[in-house]
Amino acid sequence: MANPKSAYSIPTKKGKPDTHIIVVWVDNESGVLARVVGLFSGRGYNIESLAVAEIDAAKNISRITIVTTGTPQVIDQIKLQLKKLVPVHKVADFKREDKKVIFKEMALLKVVGKKKKIEKCIKACKTYNPVILDKSSKSVVIQITALRREIDKMSKKLKSLGLISTSRTGAIAMTRGADVFK
Amino acid sequence: MSKLYSGAEIVFKCLEDRDVKFIFGYPGGAVLPIYDELKNHSSIKHILVRHEQGAGHAAEGYARSSGKPGIVLVTSGPGATNVVTALTDAYMDSVPLICISGQVPTHLIGTDAFQECDTTGITRPCTKHNWLVKDIKDLPKILHEAFEVATTGRPGPVLVDIPKDIQFAKTNYSKPKKIKKVNGKSHNKFTQNDINELINLISKAKKPMIYTGGGVINSGPKASEALREFVRLIGFPITSTLQGLGAFPGDDNQFIGMLGMHGTYEANNAMHDCDLLINIGARFDDRITGKIDEFSPKSKKVHIDIDPSSINKIIKVDLAIVGDVNEVLRSTIKKINQKQNGIKVSNKQKISKWWEQIQKWREKDSLGFINSDKTIKPQHAVKRLYELTKSQDTFITTEVGQHQMWAAQHYKFNKPNRWMTSGGLGTMGYGLPAAVGVQIAHPDKLVIDIAGEASVLMTMQEMSTAVQYNLPIKIFVLNNQYMGMVRQWQELLHEKNYSESYSEALPDFVKLAEAYGCKGIKASNPEELDEKIKEMIDHKGPVIFDCQVDPNENCFPMIPSGKPHNQMILGPNDKEENKITGKGKALV
Repeated sequence: MANPKSAYSIPTKKGKPDTHIIVVWVDNESGVLARVVGLFSGRGYNIESLAVAEIDAAKNISRITIVTTGTPQVIDQIKLQLKKLVPVHKVADFKREDKKVIFKEMALLKVVGKKKKIEKCIKACKTYNPVILDKSSKSVVIQITALRREIDKMSKKLKSLGLISTSRTGAIAMTRGADVFK
Repeated sequence: MSKLYSGAEIVFKCLEDRDVKFIFGYPGGAVLPIYDELKNHSSIKHILVRHEQGAGHAAEGYARSSGKPGIVLVTSGPGATNVVTALTDAYMDSVPLICISGQVPTHLIGTDAFQECDTTGITRPCTKHNWLVKDIKDLPKILHEAFEVATTGRPGPVLVDIPKDIQFAKTNYSKPKKIKKVNGKSHNKFTQNDINELINLISKAKKPMIYTGGGVINSGPKASEALREFVRLIGFPITSTLQGLGAFPGDDNQFIGMLGMHGTYEANNAMHDCDLLINIGARFDDRITGKIDEFSPKSKKVHIDIDPSSINKIIKVDLAIVGDVNEVLRSTIKKINQKQNGIKVSNKQKISKWWEQIQKWREKDSLGFINSDKTIKPQHAVKRLYELTKSQDTFITTEVGQHQMWAAQHYKFNKPNRWMTSGGLGTMGYGLPAAVGVQIAHPDKLVIDIAGEASVLMTMQEMSTAVQYNLPIKIFVLNNQYMGMVRQWQELLHEKNYSESYSEALPDFVKLAEAYGCKGIKASNPEELDEKIKEMIDHKGPVIFDCQVDPNENCFPMIPSGKPHNQMILGPNDKEENKITGKGKALV
């Protein structure tokens, strides 16, 4: 636009949006997840996936892993705003492409069908650490752990082989080597 | 074994330990145990308001004018929801409030009990933090932490929701311990290198500007002193946001007026053309920056702020200094003085041309208006009010709208904490209850609410509070019968379609004052104005002053939506008046 007319309407895009994984250590108290999630929705940031659980019962600490997209400026704001929340201890973030970090999602896949198709499904899952959690003559529940896009691909592929139900977690992350998140 | 105290007693013990003198509140079923306990604590006085929003704004006025946190006490359900506007206002303008709300007993939470609401859920986005006390043992710790959170770093409101059974339950009380940083949140992260870099930029600048905000006020009176010393030392021009007025004397030659949408021509042009911009405790609000892409395009930018999330949020800066304004300025002054006179002398010569340019802008007299001898011009009324009150230490509050901008433009503040206005949230109805709070904090000072007739009617009921406690607040109503700022935008942007901005059935403010049991004064022509203002000031009790002003006056200068700082609309004399066209219209 040659002559933008407003100070309010033109979003000043600074850099292109990137997918980031943000890890937040919080006090495990009631309402803390609402504070974190409310901050995202209230300020217009998006959440692609979310995983949260207590990781240290003695210290009462939970770890929240959030996948989000944003420009560098937005990602900075997310981190700074999170750090301002009283129950937040620390915040780490990294890009999805970051080689120093492992991240994984888990999925439970239920397939119903003839034995042959079920065998085919189990075979197809082979590269994603399949665990058979339940098996009957007509069905199977397979657990796989993989990257988001891999699980996306699998659930697409298994549709034709009788996949009738999928349950997935959000991504969780861990650094490689001896380093930990700072 | 140490003595056991009830939850209600613990609330007061904690307030006493924090040296709280006043609570602004309104009783109700779910806070009755706390109200019952009030009688046993003579050092704490409760101010009974007429609406919980009034309690919140009064506490804000108290806090902003005294530097101490304001305490609000309300009941569950509607008591808590009524205070939400005030909490949001305090959150936007960084005012420390501690709001204690009653809640239905714990066993009824979640059952849609009478006067139950999810108070912590509702107030989560408008407080720095809030707590629902589910166990009496947590109460002392939570109350101490509430004070800590509200008053440290960037101040703001907090809320503690206490169910009624917790107010009755008993536990031990322990005094507040020495401040331990909550989850390691520290507020002074700047280094000596930052200061050196700042001084380096200062020494190189040819067209510098200092832009200060409410952070200087929040940093305390010492920060204002440091600012004055710093600005005089380096000789730079200084402008201020709405919230920062008073940190630097308004009548000083180095002060070039407020900036932003209704700021002066010289301040906005200087912001646009400067080569170094030092932001001290301000947040690049959209009323200040105008069009982001063309905001101060040629300058190196420095941002001093205690809140790291304010930095680079809207405007990218070249040097960020995270810290308390007072401490940053003190270190900078110390360093400059160590370097001796090198910087002092050479710098002032270097920027003399810049000052000449500013002088030229100043000659436009952008705050000028065409006075009249037939009707009272609102700007004239504010100017006369200033002239007639400047000899004493006067505290001004405002509502929101045209009158607020005229007050900011024409009333000159020389001290911090003398100016209380709703800037971030823009809450109509703020000024009257805020004046109540200010007068409580400063019983012997002159407190004036410069008001608009539409705004003041939103919280008019608090006149009853003022009368009850004999608080001699002066409500100076610039009555133009319109929601003036709405009318102005409609005139400039919506082809004079004054849709619903005219108030047809306004009360007779003199009779209204009398009905409340205070004094009403009316002025409708310029000749009687001075005399009537004097009458208002001399009256010992609260006054509602109905100043009937020109209903068609607009507030200039003005940066229209979608324009950068150097394209302002000046007053009625300005020939090259810019018209707002196209997209800007939709975005007011």
